[in-house]
Amino acid sequence: MKIEDIVTRIQDETEGVPIRTVKSFMTKIPSVVTGTDIVQWLIKDLSIEDPAEAMHMGSLIAAQGYFFPISDHVLSLKDDGTFYRFQAPYFWPSNCWEPENTDYAIYLCKRTMQNKTRLELADYEAENLARLQRAFSRKWEFIYMQAEAQVKIDRKRDKSERKILDSQERAFWDVHRPVVSRCLYTLPTSSDSFNHYGCSITYETISCCSVRKPAETNSDSSCFLFQILFLNTQLDRHRMKMSKVAESLITYTEQYMEYDPFVTAPEPSNPWTSDDPSFWDLEASKEPSQQRVKKWGFSLEEALKDPAGQELFLKFLESEFSSENLRFWLAVQDLKRMPQQEVGQRAQDIWAEFLAEGAPSSINLDSHSYERTSQNLKDPGRYSYEDAQDHIYKLMKSDSYTRFLRSNVYQDLLMARKKVCVSMFVINQRLSFVYIPIF
Amino acid sequence: MLASASPLIPEMATQEVQLNETLAHLKTESETLKSKLEEERAKLHDVELHQVAEKVEGLGQFVMKTRRTLKGHGNKVLCMDWCKDKRRIVSSSQDGKVIVWDAFTTNKEHAVTMPCTWVMACAYAPSGCAVACGGLDNKCSVYPLSLDKNENLAAKKKSVAMHTNYLSACSFTNSDMQILTSSGDGTCALWDVESGQLLQSFHGHAADVLCLDLAPSETGNTFVSGGCDKKANVWDMRSGQCIQSFETHESDINSVRYYPSGDAFASGSDDATCRLYDLRADREVAIYSKESIIFGVSSVDFSLSGRLLFGGYNDYTINVWDVLKGTRVSILFGHENRVSTLRVSPDGTAFCTGSWDHTLRIWA
Repeated sequence: MKIEDIVTRIQDETEGVPIRTVKSFMTKIPSVVTGTDIVQWLIKDLSIEDPAEAMHMGSLIAAQGYFFPISDHVLSLKDDGTFYRFQAPYFWPSNCWEPENTDYAIYLCKRTMQNKTRLELADYEAENLARLQRAFSRKWEFIYMQAEAQVKIDRKRDKSERKILDSQERAFWDVHRPVVSRCLYTLPTSSDSFNHYGCSITYETISCCSVRKPAETNSDSSCFLFQILFLNTQLDRHRMKMSKVAESLITYTEQYMEYDPFVTAPEPSNPWTSDDPSFWDLEASKEPSQQRVKKWGFSLEEALKDPAGQELFLKFLESEFSSENLRFWLAVQDLKRMPQQEVGQRAQDIWAEFLAEGAPSSINLDSHSYERTSQNLKDPGRYSYEDAQDHIYKLMKSDSYTRFLRSNVYQDLLMARKKVCVSMFVINQRLSFVYIPIF
Repeated sequence: MLASASPLIPEMATQEVQLNETLAHLKTESETLKSKLEEERAKLHDVELHQVAEKVEGLGQFVMKTRRTLKGHGNKVLCMDWCKDKRRIVSSSQDGKVIVWDAFTTNKEHAVTMPCTWVMACAYAPSGCAVACGGLDNKCSVYPLSLDKNENLAAKKKSVAMHTNYLSACSFTNSDMQILTSSGDGTCALWDVESGQLLQSFHGHAADVLCLDLAPSETGNTFVSGGCDKKANVWDMRSGQCIQSFETHESDINSVRYYPSGDAFASGSDDATCRLYDLRADREVAIYSKESIIFGVSSVDFSLSGRLLFGGYNDYTINVWDVLKGTRVSILFGHENRVSTLRVSPDGTAFCTGSWDHTLRIWA
């Protein structure tokens, strides 16, 4: 458990923080370290640049009770001379403590038996004790006896040792029976010990979330055979070199960075930061911006994704008398989005419109795809036209789309926006003269 | 005491021995193939992504702040999703409440109380006219959103998916008519919303499936899922087959999200790391981690260009990573408890986080 690695290292005699006994008025405080020492060590050991991060990390570790302030019930970390002590590994959360009310009752009872001001009960502890006494009523005698026995054993210990153990035990109970609403950080849970959807170390009970342990490796032979089959197909897969993949990722990202609002501020402004939704209004308008029109040139997919781009491409195809390809592609997209019940009929309609003998919008398919598709139509489903759709898409991409990008229709739009921008700029300049106040 | 029980009939003893031998043999063969596959994958690993990315210009300083805080849930927020209109969101929480907000104005527009607690999954329909949600009830239900605020949404509820364990994630495909779900029962499934019919089921995970994401391509038919078996699997929706599998995380995978081009995907795990897997290279190509980050990642998402990866962590923070260079760009504080869900808005202008501190925050 990573947190416990850190807690072990921080207490190391040579590499850890300076834990020492501090002389105080009339007494000695054993085994303490200052908050600042802890923060500094975290910064150094975990290579943290920002002290705020170290504070945050330290507070989380404190909230779980791995170290605690010796003079307070609040489990947090302060970057000053406040003294902290480390919790005994016996009390660490990884031991899966679920202490019961009997344990707590014995502990509080024990505290009342010891004649030390430092062990006096806090208000909330006194309240808890009273409640527990009422709850246990006739069984209280048992609790009392246990407490007495523990006090007897404690008396035999060395004074310094007792101070340390008392404080560690108190810190343990600060974790499991915290002062209500005073803890600044509720407890996060890290990795294994707790299940995903639930149990933090407070007394919330989560019912019936399945414990997330991977199933025992299925020793069923069919399972292994399946795996072997899968692995064999994977071995035959064609893979791309890492250098090529890296270039591809970089190229894609760089191309889109001007469209990424986190990298390039959107025009006129990001609605969330300026509270002005104009950016959205512009995107929704029928007049696409020059930047948007430029994006249609990245790929056929981008052009089709944008309704305005799709519309323009369709217009272009109509002018070339080849719009049936796009219309077929769109119809098949629609088919895949339909409710199951309607799929069969729609598949037949598409055949009639685009592929049948003498169809009104006849598309050009190679004989192989045509054969496969008509076979599929014997049992029509939402994926009956996958082959055909793929073929038509490739055709549009390599043929019509490249011509579209060079076409007047597209180029005019790409350029026209520039002209509009310039004239808007001029008008704005004129207006600013009109509104100069007169003194 | 005998070390192992010996069967009474000698023939059974031989058969049992034979079966064990076969299983052992199969296991060995499987292990051998796995190592061979790793070898093949490693052969094409001629350079690291961050090395090639050294030539890319570094990113400037980021100023990302909470721009909106949505208060209204009475308990832990577990999941959220954006509407395609870029400003509305749906969120679900532990107490069974599902709320639809206009995040821009912070107004609540609809609220439904589910009959079960722990609504771990919710999704907005592409049309914006419905939401889907589910959790401990093992189901995924669709609620059409009515314009009439007084109408009781619960009355029009439609039960679509049925699993044999909790629902961990759900997503509409590019239509209101199909929903993809993942469950604690170890499977994913594709459903027809109108009839509730199971269209396809996906088997292959050895434990709870915790997350899924659909490939962004208009023409694609694939999705990726992540589970408690530490595996991320890529599936073909048409056949139900697993087409690629990745197993490099050291603990449960809580979140998976495609890189915007669809050629790669990121994952976030309880092992405190995020990783990037490329489908063409067929391997893990980057790992986003720091010594000082020791708490699990609950949720990840990319910025629009794929340059930034946002991760919500169980230590209440959000870490922002430079995807290409592999370095951390920023750390964001604000939530007072674990960040359980994180999604970037459809136009990339902001991202939303939901937390166990009962609130949602919009960051930009």
